[in-house]
Amino acid sequence: MSTVLAATRPTEWNWALLTHVGGAMILVGGMLTATTALALARGDARVLRLGYWSLLAVALPGWIVMFAGANWIYSEEGWDDLPEEAQPTWIGIGWTTALFGGLLLLISLIVGGIGVARLRRDKGSWLLKSTMVISIVLLAAYVVTVWAMAGKPD
Amino acid sequence: MSLDDWILALHVLSAFALVSGMVLFWIVIVAVRNVDTVGQTLAYGRVMGVGTPVVLAGVAGTILFGAWLAISLDRYQLWDGWIIGAIVLWAIGSEVGRRSGVEYRKALPRATELQAAGQEGASGELRALNRSPKGLLLHTVSTLAFVLILIDMIWKPGA
Repeated sequence: MSTVLAATRPTEWNWALLTHVGGAMILVGGMLTATTALALARGDARVLRLGYWSLLAVALPGWIVMFAGANWIYSEEGWDDLPEEAQPTWIGIGWTTALFGGLLLLISLIVGGIGVARLRRDKGSWLLKSTMVISIVLLAAYVVTVWAMAGKPD
Repeated sequence: MSLDDWILALHVLSAFALVSGMVLFWIVIVAVRNVDTVGQTLAYGRVMGVGTPVVLAGVAGTILFGAWLAISLDRYQLWDGWIIGAIVLWAIGSEVGRRSGVEYRKALPRATELQAAGQEGASGELRALNRSPKGLLLHTVSTLAFVLILIDMIWKPGA
C-alpha cells in the first residue's frame, strides 16, 4: 500500500513530504545527540550543556519543521476531508507521537533549562537526568513512529 | 503488513539512523571547534563514539533493504536511473563520511597520549586536530550526498 502511494504521489506533494521527513530526521538526530551527551557526560558540565542545547537548538526546530510538514502533507493528501474513524492507524500513531512528543519535548526543555541554569552552582544534574529519561522515551517513541509511518500497518 | 512493507519500514528506519548519526556528528563537530583540553576532547569523543555504530547500521541497512526492495518490487529495477544515482551517491557519501571520521578521530589517541604524559592543560595541537578543516570539508560533502539521496528517494526521477 505504502509503495503504491509513493509511486502514485503527485510531484507537488514531494515538497511537503521532504519538509516532513527532513524535519523528522533532524528531530531524531537532535534527540539522539541529547540522549547520548546527557548519558555519557559523567558530570562534565560542558557535555551536559551540549546535550541540552542539542534538544533546544536542533530537536525543537526539527519538531517544528516536521509538524509543519505533517500538516502540509495531511492536507495535500486530503486526509482532513475524512472522518477521524476512517483514517488509518499509522496516521493516528503519527499525530499522537507528534503532539504528545511535542509536549514531552517542551517539558524536557523546561526541566533541562532549569538544570542547566543550576549547573553553575554545581546543582541541577538530577534535572538533566530527568531530561535524559524523557529523551530516551521520546527516542523510542520516534522509532516506533518511523516504523509505522513507513510500513503503514492497518 | 506484507514482507515488502516490513522491508520498506526497515529501509526508512536505516535512513533515519544514518541521518541521525550525521546530525550527531555535526553537533559534536561544531562543539569541539574550540576544545583544546584532554578531558574535553575525550568527553566529546565518547559522544562521537555512539554516532559511529548508528551511522554504520544506517549505511548497511539503507543499501541492503533498498536493494531488496528494488529486486522484490516489480515496478522498480536495480538499473533504474534514480536507483543507480542513489547507489552512486550512497557510495560517495559513505566513503567520504568514513574519511571524515578518520580525520576527527586523530584527536583521540593524541589526547590519550597527553593524558598519559600528565599534560592535561590547553594544547594548540589538540585544538587544531579538533578543528580539522579537512574533516569538516569531508563531512560536508558526505552530508550533501545523503541529502541528495533523500531528494532522489522522494522525487524518484524517471520512475
